[in-house]
Parts: sequence; C-alpha cells; structure tokens
Amino acid sequence: MKTILSDKQLDITIDRLCHQLIENHFPFENSVLIGLQPRGIYLSDRIYNNLKKLLPDTDIRYGKLDITFYRDDFNKGNALHVPNETDIDFSIENKRIVLIDDVLYTGRTTRSALDAMLDFGRPSAVELLVLIDRRFSRELPIQPDYTGRTIDAFITQKVKVLWKERDGKDEVVLENGTAN
Amino acid sequence: MSLSVKHLLGIRDLKRQDIETIFQTADQFKEVLQRPIKKVPTLRDTTIVNVFFENSTRTRISFELAEKRLGADVVNFSASGSSVSKGETLIDTVNNILSMKVDMVVMRHSASGAPHFLAKHIDVPIVNAGDGINEHPTQALLDAFSIREKLGGVEGKKVAICGDIMHSRVALSNIYCLRKLGAEVTVVGPPTLIPKHLAAALDVNVTYNLREALEWCDVANVLRIQLERQNTPLFSSLREYSLVYGINRALLESLNKEIVIMHPGPINRGVELSSDAADSGQSIILQQVENGVAIRMAALYLLSSRGGKKLEA
Repeated sequence: MKTILSDKQLDITIDRLCHQLIENHFPFENSVLIGLQPRGIYLSDRIYNNLKKLLPDTDIRYGKLDITFYRDDFNKGNALHVPNETDIDFSIENKRIVLIDDVLYTGRTTRSALDAMLDFGRPSAVELLVLIDRRFSRELPIQPDYTGRTIDAFITQKVKVLWKERDGKDEVVLENGTAN
Repeated sequence: MSLSVKHLLGIRDLKRQDIETIFQTADQFKEVLQRPIKKVPTLRDTTIVNVFFENSTRTRISFELAEKRLGADVVNFSASGSSVSKGETLIDTVNNILSMKVDMVVMRHSASGAPHFLAKHIDVPIVNAGDGINEHPTQALLDAFSIREKLGGVEGKKVAICGDIMHSRVALSNIYCLRKLGAEVTVVGPPTLIPKHLAAALDVNVTYNLREALEWCDVANVLRIQLERQNTPLFSSLREYSLVYGINRALLESLNKEIVIMHPGPINRGVELSSDAADSGQSIILQQVENGVAIRMAALYLLSSRGGKKLEA
C-alpha cells in the first residue's frame, strides 16, 4: 500500500481546487456544484464548505446526484448498486455545472452523470473536477478540467480515498488488488 | 444488494430484508417521479408483458407507468378478446408471448396460484399482480410503504384491516407484510367474511366490532366488498353492511384520536367507506396510488437484474 496523498496534502489539494474554481467561477452567480453519489460527495462537501469559508458572502448552489439508474452495466451480470439520494432542488437550466467526483477511472460514471444531469435541464456548460485522475485507463473520451493528482496505476491496483467522516482519517492510498 | 427471490409471487416468500430493500429503492424512485422528466433509462433493454386475465384499472396502469418510467418496452395483453376465449391454455398463451423475446411477465389471474404455476414452467421473472384470493404483493408493499411514509415507520404500529377479509388477496398480503415488518394487525369484519383459523395461522387479532378495532388502531386499511367472488350471499344486504361495518366521518370524529384511512381501491362509496371519510384529510388513498408506481418501479428494477438469461450472457 502506498500513500498518494496524506491528510495534509489532501487539505492543500482541496484548497488549490477551490481557488481554481474561484478563478473560473466567481461570483458563482451562474455556476452550480454537483457532487456524484456515493463517494464523490465527501469531496464535494469539503469543496463546498471550503468555498463558503473563502467566500462567506457568496451564495453557492450545491446539489448531489445519484447515477445508479443511468449506469450502462445494469443487467450485465454485475452486482446491483444501491441507489442513493439525489438532491438538486434548483434548476440547472443554462447554468455552468461543476461535476465533482473522487476518482476518474474508466469515465463511465461521468458519462452516466451527464445523462442523469440532462434530466434536470440543459446546462450551458459542464466541467469535471476530480481528486484523482487515473489516466491511461479511460474507456470513454472524458477528461477532467480540474485535477487534484494524476496517477499512473496498473489495472490490478486500487485507489482508495479515505475520508475522516466515513473512514476515521483523511488519506489517498494505492493498493495492490482488484481494480476499482 | 438484491432480492432473495427470482419472482415476486407473494409477500410470504419475502424476507424482511427484501421488503426493506424494495422500500429503500422506492424512496429513490419517488424522487425520480418528482422530477420534470419522470423517466430513467435503467430498463431500456428490457421488454415486459402485462398479462391480465382479470379486469383491472389502477394496477395495470400503475405497472405500465412504472415500466415506462424505467424505460422498458411494454406489451399489454388482456384475456378478453384474445385466444384464451378460444380455449388456449395459460401455459400456451404465456409461452407464445415469451417466444417473442419478453424479459419479464406481470400477471393477474382470477385463479389463486396461477403465477406460481407459471413460475415453474418459464425462466423469466414473474410479478404477481393479484392471483384470485391469494396474494397481491405489490399492493401490500405500497400499503406498508405508505404507512412508513405517513407514520415514520411500520414497526410497532397498529393496523386494522377492515371488511371482506375472506375474499381479499390484499388482506392476506398485507398481513404477511405488516407482520414481517413488526406491526400489530387486527382484522375486523362480519364473522362470515373472516376465515375461522386466520388468527392462529397468521398471528393476528380478530374482532367483529368495528368501533373496537378503530379505537385500537393507528391505521384502518379498509377493503372493498368483493361481491364478484361471493357465490352465495354472506351478509344480508349492502345497506346493513354499511350500517355495521361502514366507516364515515361521524364515526371517525367520535373516536378520541385521529387515525389514518387507507383503501386499495376501487372504493364502493357509501358501502365500506363514505365519501366524507374517503376524501377527508385523514385519508391517504391517493398517496397510496402515487406510491404504487414507485414501489412497482423498485420491484421491477430489483427483479430484472436477476433476469436469468441476461446474467448468464
């Protein structure tokens, strides 16, 4: 097991990502953050809370999106996924969306998210923010706009993002084992 | 996550965990149904046939809506006007339909056990949409789901099932479902409409006194009098039935608490339920109908992932 990001590095990385968002989206009048269920929301919660601290007087819209019903591997022999809550209580019509997920791997989750999102309206633009980009493992032509860390990993290796609120500590590790 | 059963034939076959998985999934489908676009592409590669050998309005529409909102292709079949009237057997009818590459069957039949018979002969998942006087599992699931939504849970709640218990598949499925979820159940109705050994067999209370049951319960699930299933009269007249076992506003107001009123529909207005009770603020009848679509979406979603031939592919 190898540490990719320690808790301190994770804080710095999230801070950097927030500043990049501020550069491109301030004052967030027409921008929306959407975290992808289930694991992307830990990152999106952090980013949202950090932005609120950095910009206390700015109103930032933030929602959570579940893509379970939009997956392309339903009925393909894989285990059935437990659906999670979708919570988007505002219109995304003509908004600039920042989709937030923890790990970008094959790109299929992002594709499903794009499908799911279009059921809520037609955004003017969509960007992708990920904490870890596993490049060279993409199965679809999808790339992130904001990246915490890019890593090269074997298909048999697994990237695990641990969060204090769920796992008791903040850390990103690379494990040998089955691919994720 | 998956169900422990391949078919949804009755609540009797389900584990408590199955019921909770269906509820958890239905919660998310309820959110889908609130969206401007109330449709997801989950079952876009699935064809479902609704085989209805018995009349139905709300159940068939509810299933059809659920299927369409999951993105499935839907074929409807009614026995009237089909080759069944020429003497074709059930198994032949369904096998012919399945030869057209159908992935799932939703079936209603007037004979108890018809879907169980079918399940022994065909591979695709079967959903029982009501078989004779046996079970109506999706109705029981949506009823318990509605109680959970209204009262915050089912465990420990007191539910009175009122009316024609003997001929009601809704009653039997409800008893199984509510007992599995930890609710207390009392059945109330005329002695001629309550099977003699019900209390012992299904661990429920029995009373013939409507007021007593209503004073005890949190929820009254009122059933339709099924005159079409009564070969010989089991009570003297509908007028007398409504006087003794009918629920109206005055009766509800005379209780020292507010109870929830449910009915699986269609209501015989003025017989088991008066209009002022059915349309009152205590009634959640229309919420039941709304929840029906979400529950059926959840059941179809969970069952179709177990579609044998697809999983083997």
